[in-house]
Amino acid sequence: MYVAVKGGEAAIQNAHRLLADRRRGDRNMPAITLAQIASQLSLAVDRVMSEGSLYDTGLAALAVKQARGDMIEAIFLLRAYRTTLPRFGYTRPIDTAAMLVERRLSATYKDLPGGQLLGPTFDYTHRLLDPDLAEGAEPAAPETRSEAEEAMPRVSDILANEGLIEEDGALPENREPGDITREPPEFPMERDQRLQALSRGDEGFLLALGYSTQRGYGRNHPFAGEIRIGEVDVEIDVPELDFPLTLGRIRVTECQMVNQFKGSKKVPPQFTRGYGLVFGQSERKAMAMSLCDRALRAGELDEDITAPAQDEEFVISHCDNVQATGFVEHLKLPHYVDFQAELGLVRQMRREYEERREGADTERREAAE
Amino acid sequence: MTLDSIAIEGGFQNPVFDAQTIFRAVMKAMAEPGTVHQGIALASPPAPMTPEAAAIAMALCDRDTPIWLDPALADDEAVRAWLAFHTGAPLANTPADAHFVFSADPEHLIGLENFSQGSQEYPDRSATLVLQVHDLSGGEELVLEGPGIESEARFAPHPLPRHFTRQWAQNHARFPRGIDLILVSREGLAALPRSTRIISQEA
Amino acid sequence: MVSRQERQAVTERRREAMAVLAMASGSDLLQLWNETGLPDDAETLRGPETGLVTVRGRMGGGGASFNIGEATVTRATIKLPTGEVGHAYALGREKLKVRVAALIDALHQRPDLEARIEEKILAPLRTRLSETDAVRRAETAATKVDFFTMVRGED
Repeated sequence: MYVAVKGGEAAIQNAHRLLADRRRGDRNMPAITLAQIASQLSLAVDRVMSEGSLYDTGLAALAVKQARGDMIEAIFLLRAYRTTLPRFGYTRPIDTAAMLVERRLSATYKDLPGGQLLGPTFDYTHRLLDPDLAEGAEPAAPETRSEAEEAMPRVSDILANEGLIEEDGALPENREPGDITREPPEFPMERDQRLQALSRGDEGFLLALGYSTQRGYGRNHPFAGEIRIGEVDVEIDVPELDFPLTLGRIRVTECQMVNQFKGSKKVPPQFTRGYGLVFGQSERKAMAMSLCDRALRAGELDEDITAPAQDEEFVISHCDNVQATGFVEHLKLPHYVDFQAELGLVRQMRREYEERREGADTERREAAE
Repeated sequence: MTLDSIAIEGGFQNPVFDAQTIFRAVMKAMAEPGTVHQGIALASPPAPMTPEAAAIAMALCDRDTPIWLDPALADDEAVRAWLAFHTGAPLANTPADAHFVFSADPEHLIGLENFSQGSQEYPDRSATLVLQVHDLSGGEELVLEGPGIESEARFAPHPLPRHFTRQWAQNHARFPRGIDLILVSREGLAALPRSTRIISQEA
Repeated sequence: MVSRQERQAVTERRREAMAVLAMASGSDLLQLWNETGLPDDAETLRGPETGLVTVRGRMGGGGASFNIGEATVTRATIKLPTGEVGHAYALGREKLKVRVAALIDALHQRPDLEARIEEKILAPLRTRLSETDAVRRAETAATKVDFFTMVRGED
């Protein structure tokens, strides 16, 4: 029998009112503004944009505030909002070689054209908690250095000159890039669909998988060929104008992982590559993404698929934290009817078990007598 | 007026509410096959597209719904530009790729089987055809039966694609696959979903 | 008869102007617009309305394209009483900025106003944008690593 359960409206209403109060915190303190969140917690905002798969700093800051700093809840809010907007079209592919670079480094080439630019990095900090910051001290203004503008070619293009590295990933010329927001995923997938899924995938999940490849579960001998963070122009073609329109700029992080490859029957020994590209400033995520991208190319490169990070269906089906949280968290919703049915079943099985045991005991006693 | 200007004028007065009204009218028409629904918000497209068909395009089509135009519409540059600006919908490469089909000359429309019929797993991936007809009451009467019709419904759109009753019987036989039809004239709009049968055609 | 080069030059000027308007901050744009005192008299043909564009990248930086994710975009189309049609698209959700950008795009097409728009709006915006970029570049350049070669052992 199916019994619908109704009730709890007042409790829900009051719970949400309580939530709003707790989110506000101590009312003697000023409420935090979206502009403060966007400028002072910008990496949290960037993560919400990247995994929420929507570039809009104002909305992401609102999501962080509304979620009380719960990142996955904020990502969920942004994803939900995104479904309410119409889609105007697809942009032209962004050109990361033409980026206004804010950080750029290569672990493989010391003297690359354009140089190594550390930018606003946590690297080389001592990871000591800073009491001055706790007291609200104003930091010094950034140092500046005027330099002639220098082109910054991608490291992959430099290596390509020697022919020792594979080219940028190709797919058939006339292929319209797959879109996981429009077509349900089917496995095996093309690399374009995987990259879209990874770019909005959960940072923690991809980080752990990337780490697992380094520890030997699908080892692929990576080097950080290049990481760059900065702003790129976004351009689009629209039906009413016969030239591409510039929409503005977005900040992205790109990682070119370079991997040793011993070659296969078809391909000579060379370096292969994994690619990471995410919204905002997040090199950990971009690096993890490129490790996973490379691991997921195992089939294409004739490598044995032995590790979780190489298993496309496993990685892609579980990297989305909105899906994951939905399915895990739904367990706390009322399952009274399901559980009643299970309870009935377990009681019956227990009864039958007891009866069997009693039957066996009786038989044993009778046999013994 | 220049082509540029024709292409971008004539949209909805109130984009949100107008689109909602059309959506509701199409939904009601699909729920009650053969009934005529009036008072829909209109758009002002270039001829030969009609305001009713254009309003449906604005309400239902977007960047994700490729459309196919019959030659009467496709050969008109202003119509193509107007639809591109107001809906953003790309033109389908082949009739089978289209989510929506618009016809200004239904009498000479290619066979219904040329359009996407959906799959057994995803019957919703079939095409919706919007036919511009002269009227919904002056043709041969069609008697309809099926879901959404208590006993029978009658309407008489004119003109219809060739051998229409036979084509429609074949379309119905493909259920759950098959195309759905929306017929528009100055009187309003009516629909013929794939679940509807035409039981007889009186003279 | 207008030559092909002239038409291309006109198109390129318009493309560049629209890019400047899209990149400009809303407050800069509105301030300069209000200072010019040009009439805000136009028929709205579409919007301003906010939607999404799907941003694409290329695998490996230069390979086949793929979808990264979406970005919010606002667009507007207006028509002046004199017939010129103006379009504007910009990332974000600033409807007022985008409507004014569409007006400026339309007015910029009028030969009698082109120079004034160039001088009073586009040139100052361009200057502000390039100053901001120059500061950003200089700050980043200060974090450039200068390597020293350490001499080890004796020769």
